[in-house]
Amino acid sequence: MSNKIIRLENLHKSYVMGKNSLHVLKGIDMNIEEGEMVAIMGSSGSGKSTLLNILGILDNYDEGAYYLNDILIRKMSEKKAAQFRNKYIGFIFQSFNLISFKTALENVALPLYYQNVNRKKRNAIALEYLDRMGLKEWAHHLPSEMSGGQKQRIAIARALISKPKIILADEPTGALDTQTSYEVMDILHEVNESGITVIIVTHETDIADRTQRIIRLRDGLIESGESVNTGAETSAVAG
Amino acid sequence: MFDRDRWHEIISAIKKNKLRSALTAFGVFWGIFMLVVMIGAGNGLKNGVYEGVKDFATNSAFVWTQSTTVPYKGFKRGRDWNFTNKDMQTLRDQVPELDVIAPRLSGWKINRGENVVRGKKAASFSINGDYPSYRKIDPCVMVYGRYINNDDISEKRKVCIIGERVYEVMFDEGEDPVGKYLRVNGVYFKVIGVFRSKNPKINIGSDKKESIYLPFTTMQHTFNYGDRVHYFAMTAKKGYPVDKVLDKVINVLKKQHKIAPSDQGAIGNFNLEKEVRTIGYVFIGINLLIWIVGIGTLIAGAVGVSNIMLVIVKERTKEIGIQRAIGARPWTIISQIITESVFLTTIAGFVGLAFGTMVLKLVSTAIEQNAGQGEDEMFFINPEIGVVVAVSAFVILIVTGVVAGLIPARKAVQIKPIEALRHE
Repeated sequence: MSNKIIRLENLHKSYVMGKNSLHVLKGIDMNIEEGEMVAIMGSSGSGKSTLLNILGILDNYDEGAYYLNDILIRKMSEKKAAQFRNKYIGFIFQSFNLISFKTALENVALPLYYQNVNRKKRNAIALEYLDRMGLKEWAHHLPSEMSGGQKQRIAIARALISKPKIILADEPTGALDTQTSYEVMDILHEVNESGITVIIVTHETDIADRTQRIIRLRDGLIESGESVNTGAETSAVAG
Repeated sequence: MFDRDRWHEIISAIKKNKLRSALTAFGVFWGIFMLVVMIGAGNGLKNGVYEGVKDFATNSAFVWTQSTTVPYKGFKRGRDWNFTNKDMQTLRDQVPELDVIAPRLSGWKINRGENVVRGKKAASFSINGDYPSYRKIDPCVMVYGRYINNDDISEKRKVCIIGERVYEVMFDEGEDPVGKYLRVNGVYFKVIGVFRSKNPKINIGSDKKESIYLPFTTMQHTFNYGDRVHYFAMTAKKGYPVDKVLDKVINVLKKQHKIAPSDQGAIGNFNLEKEVRTIGYVFIGINLLIWIVGIGTLIAGAVGVSNIMLVIVKERTKEIGIQRAIGARPWTIISQIITESVFLTTIAGFVGLAFGTMVLKLVSTAIEQNAGQGEDEMFFINPEIGVVVAVSAFVILIVTGVVAGLIPARKAVQIKPIEALRHE
C-alpha cells in the first residue's frame, strides 16, 4: 500500500470560452495509493468532474504534473491516450454509457476488441465477468431490456475486463435508487478488495462514507482529504 | 477486413435509419446509374456509326478529276480532263508510299433505263469497272462465288459480280447465280459471284447493293471508255500519313496533265483517314462530356453520403466518446466511419451499375428486335459498357466512399472524448 498509483502535483486547469477563462482547478496536490478506495466530493462547479476527466486522460491539464503508475501523463497523442485508458483505467459513468445496439456480452467485450483479442476469446472472458456480476443469463439482452442496476453492473464488468489498475467512477449511483446504489457499492468494494484502486466522484455523503478516504474539493482546491476517513475505513473493514 | 463487430455496427446504423440510408444511397445509385446509361448510350451511338464502316480501309483516299481552275501552259481554265491507265502506272512508279491503288470506272452513261435484263426480269442497276485490289479498300464477303481476279482483268473476261439487291431482283430466292448470265446494256456477262460489303454505309457513286462490278479492263473495252479512269481509290503504306501521300499523288498527276501546281480545284479528293479522325474527335468529345456529367452526378451523390455521415457522427457522438473512453484508438473510429461510408456507396453503386446495365440490355434487345423487321438504317446499336469502364466506375465509387467518409471521420475524432461523453 505504499505505491502511489496516482500523483498530482500543483495541477491547474482552465477552460477558455471566448474571452472568458474559467480557472477550474487551482493547484491540486494529491496522492492515491495503489489499492485505495477514494471518494472525491464537492459541490457542483467545484471541479470534481474535471479532475476525474484529467485522471482518466480524457482531458488535458495546463500546469503541474500527473503521474499515473509513475508515468508522466502530459500532452499525449490520442492514440497513446487511448492505449493508456485501455490498459490502466476502467470507467463507470452515471448514465452507464452502454452502447445501445450491442448486447450485454458485446458491451463487456468491447475493451478487449480494441486490444485486438479475437472474438471467441473475448466473448468467453466477457461471459466470465458477467457471471461474476450475476448477469450470465442476460448476456444476450440489449441494455434497453435491463434495469438500471443491471446496466451499471454491466458497465462495471466492462470496466473490469481489461484488468485496469484504477476504476474511475463518475457518480456511479447517481441514477440508481438507494437499495441498488448499495448493491453497486458492494460490488465496487469487492473490486477494491481484489487490489484495484477505486476512485468515485459523488455528492452523496452516504456513498462517500463507504470509502476509505474522502477528498473534498472546493473552488478548484482540495479542502480536505489527505487525512484518512477513519469511519469509512472501519466500515470497510467491517464490511 | 471482415470484422464482425464493425459490420454489426454498420448494419445497425443503416437499419436504424432505413429511409435516410436509402435516400442517401439513392444519390450514389443515381450517379452511377446515369454514368452507366450515358456511357452505354455513347457507345451505342459510336457502334451505330462505326458498324457500317468499320472494315473500310481507314488509311484510304479517293481521287477524281474536276475542271481546271487556273490557266496554265497555254490551256485555258475550265478544261475537262481524265485520268488514264498510264497515270496509274506512273503513280505506282513515282510514289513508293502508295500501297493499294484501285482505278475505277463508273457506268454513268450506261446506267440509263432498265439496263440489266435476265429473261423476263429487267431492272436498273449501277455498273462499275473494278480491279481486284478494290476489295482491299472496301472489304466484302462473297455470298456466292468469287471476287474479280487478275485473270479476269488480263483476259478482259465478260464476267461480273453483283450486289445483294441485284441478286434478289434478278434471281429467285435460293438460286445459285454463279454461271448464269445477265445482259448489261445489251452485252451478256457471266455472273461469278455475289458480294456483300462489310461496310454497307459507305457508298461511293452508287449503292453497292444495287451495283454490278465488271472487270475494269472488260468495262473499258466493252463500253468504249478507251484508257480512261474515272477515279481511283488508294491507300498509303503503313507509317505514311495519307495526307502526305495524297499531296505527292496530286503533284504527280498535275505534272502529267499540265495542270498548274497552284490549281486547287482540278483534282478532287476524299481523305477517309482525316474523316475518321474527325469522327474520332467527336466521340472523344462526347465521352469527355459523359464522364464530366457522370462524375459530377456521382460527386453530388457523394456529398449526400458525406452529409449523412456527418449527421450519423453527430448522432453517435456520445457513443464514439464511450468507445474512446474504453480504449478505441482514433484510427479505429476513422476506419469504422470510412468503412461505413464505403459500404453505403459501394452497395448503392453496385445496384446502380446492375440497374444501368439492365436498362442497357433491355434497350439493346429492343433495338435488335426492331432491326430484325425494319431497315438497316440503325444509328444506335449495341449500347454497352466495357469491363474497364465498369471496373473504373467501381474504383471511383470506392474512392468516393472514402472521400465522403473522410470529413465526417475527421470530425468524429476531433471531438474530444470528454466532450463526446458529455454530449446528450
